[in-house]
Amino acid sequence: MGDPLFWHRLQFGFTATYHYLFPQLTMGLALVIVVLKAMGLRTGEARYNDAARFWIKIFGINFAVGVVTGIPLEFQFGTNWAAFSRFSGGIIGQTLGMEGMFAFFLESSFLGMLIWGEKRLSPKGHFGAALALWIGSWLSGYFIIATNAFMQHPVGYTHAADGSLQLASFWAFVLNPWALGQYAHNMIASVVTASFVVAAIGAYWTLKGIHPVQARLNLRAGTIMGLVFSVLVAFPTGDISGKLVAKYQPITLAAMEGRFESGPRANLTLVGQPNVAQRRIENPIQLPAVLSFIAYGSFSSNVKGLLEFPEDQWPQNIELLYYSFHIMAGLGTIMIAIMGLAALLLWKSRLDTARPMLWVLMLAFPFPYIATAAGWAVAEFGRQPWLIYGLLRTLHGGSPTVNAGHTAFTTLGFAGIFVVLSVLWLFLIGREIAHGPVSHSQKA
Amino acid sequence: MEMLWFWLVSVMVAIYVVMDGFDFGAGILHLVVAKTNEERREVLGAIGPLWDGNEVWLLAGGGSMFLAFPKVLASGFSGFYLAIWLVVWCLMARGISIEFRSHLEDGLWRHFWDGAFAFSSVLLPILFGAALGNVLRGVPVDGSGYFEMALWTNFRQGPQPGILDWYTVLIGVFALVTVAGHGALFLAWKTEGAVHDRAKGLGMKLWGAVLVLWIVASYATSAVNPGIFHRLPQAPLGWVASLIFLAGLGLVFVGLKRERFLLAFLGSGAFILGLLAASAACVYPVMLRSTLDPQFDLTALNASVGAHGLRAGLVWWLIGFPIAIGYLTFLFRFHRGKVKAAAEGEGY
Repeated sequence: MGDPLFWHRLQFGFTATYHYLFPQLTMGLALVIVVLKAMGLRTGEARYNDAARFWIKIFGINFAVGVVTGIPLEFQFGTNWAAFSRFSGGIIGQTLGMEGMFAFFLESSFLGMLIWGEKRLSPKGHFGAALALWIGSWLSGYFIIATNAFMQHPVGYTHAADGSLQLASFWAFVLNPWALGQYAHNMIASVVTASFVVAAIGAYWTLKGIHPVQARLNLRAGTIMGLVFSVLVAFPTGDISGKLVAKYQPITLAAMEGRFESGPRANLTLVGQPNVAQRRIENPIQLPAVLSFIAYGSFSSNVKGLLEFPEDQWPQNIELLYYSFHIMAGLGTIMIAIMGLAALLLWKSRLDTARPMLWVLMLAFPFPYIATAAGWAVAEFGRQPWLIYGLLRTLHGGSPTVNAGHTAFTTLGFAGIFVVLSVLWLFLIGREIAHGPVSHSQKA
Repeated sequence: MEMLWFWLVSVMVAIYVVMDGFDFGAGILHLVVAKTNEERREVLGAIGPLWDGNEVWLLAGGGSMFLAFPKVLASGFSGFYLAIWLVVWCLMARGISIEFRSHLEDGLWRHFWDGAFAFSSVLLPILFGAALGNVLRGVPVDGSGYFEMALWTNFRQGPQPGILDWYTVLIGVFALVTVAGHGALFLAWKTEGAVHDRAKGLGMKLWGAVLVLWIVASYATSAVNPGIFHRLPQAPLGWVASLIFLAGLGLVFVGLKRERFLLAFLGSGAFILGLLAASAACVYPVMLRSTLDPQFDLTALNASVGAHGLRAGLVWWLIGFPIAIGYLTFLFRFHRGKVKAAAEGEGY
């Protein structure tokens, strides 16, 4: 713990994971709001605008927390990861700069109009504000994913005389194949999050027997979107992400599966505990040859095990990496099952009265949050021991002049701030849910 | 190309100070100019739709520095470690105060956020001013390109100065008073009634203080960094910048006298923009001056990235900058006229 690198890593991991809880919802919710506003415009029915109004309130609170928890991340590049910034700023500075210029200005300009402008703007104008927030937040997502993708799979760079990285091809960097796959997977996951949250509120109101019109609308919307996007998050986008890992980070794939020996017809482990010291999985329940198929599209493909690679290239946290991957994939499967069953009941017009199913929907909303946090843990633990894959080790990325006393102090500071923010968030969101949807006629 | 980027980054940072400066100013003054809940909501209504966009200039400016001069960003941010985090925490507290205050119709809740808003708005310009002071005075960058500084040592100049010493705190106070004056003019322009009257009265006093502090700060700057002004007469941009800030200062007083508050506000914006640009012209091409040895200076030439990155960045910058200005124009037009406190349950 006297090692500043430990604190740098803890701080970034902690603040990034906490921050992402908010944009994860708002990016998906922005799309939900656009759809609701569009339906309102098309049909002229008040219930769509009433639903949008409720979600815009939830969006506003989450967006505010997302903004203030996002600021520290940008600063940490310079404060805690100075050597990394010095080495690669010429490249990742591009996307971080573009995020400010093309995404943040758009979002900040129209946020106030979306949240407070419904009365002042025309219905089309308010729809436009929703559209601006959706485009802005999804652009922001792309720039961040492209930055992360460079760290996962660096492309479009060359080395300068002093060893630092220089941009060689702007388009190669921005259109990194890793970024495209990861972006699709991540954004769809954020729509899954919003769908589960929308469905949970619909289920809650249905179970309580309040706001019947809104309860039905939210339940329907959440279930239909939830099923479509839960499937898309696994196939094709999760599949593409898996194949990218297999192709560009085979060591990571082996560690994700706790696979030590190489060989064809590789098993997919469903349950089991990695014992790294003994180089094996304990208590395994496995599907034969499925890993070969998932990774390379053929049951007979050879999937390399960790023992094929030098140990100094293994991710350091194999256990956490393994569990993160299995939690993500397991929850992904469970979410498809939940939404599939709910959609079936909806199709049979029995969802509104199926109380056990409503209980499940109401309580299942944390799953996409957990699965997404676990997914990012897979990406980031899996990238180790590299900060930029194959180019810069995490060991060499920290700020040389910052000591453990400094970072421990700021990390603890963030822990305190985030506790306060969490309490505030819970309190304000709880109030909005208690208020429920407000229709325009009631609003006076 | 490096020279162009030096100026792009400087201009973005200067625009940030002008833009976030007026909402800092509103935060510094709101406990004084706005006494009742209605009045406080008038102040918040004036800056509410704008503050977030204003802050984006900081991120966009920082992003520009990151892509063009990563060595400066790495050295400066890690060297000013604790000061940077104080800034970030204040920015967070401020954002939350503005956004959450009016969610609850409760006196204590609102008093708390009013206090947090004022506190963070006072501390931020002092810290930003001190940061500028450090850039003008110089920092102990060594051959590795890094430096390490305590938040404060003995508040004196010397071989081991702190981030805060008498000079940088002086610049911090100068920044505090200047953005307070800037905010007063903004509020005088955007509000009416009691808030307007108080902001107007404070504006006169604050700008008198700015004038005095500006002279003191300039003198102190030449004392801690002798020769800093020598470059100014040779730099055409320095002349332009000096003209802008002098004209801005004139406009402030003319505007205040004739009760043309938009004019005065534009004047204070020009003063801040011009003063920062003139400072940039004085130090060009040095971005982080080494107090140890001039050969360790981080300059636009030795800290920049390669040509392809600068060119690619310029292309999107030239597309993005006009779009950002377009949003800004649209926002100010949308919210034109005097602000009214929003109805309960709506607005900031």
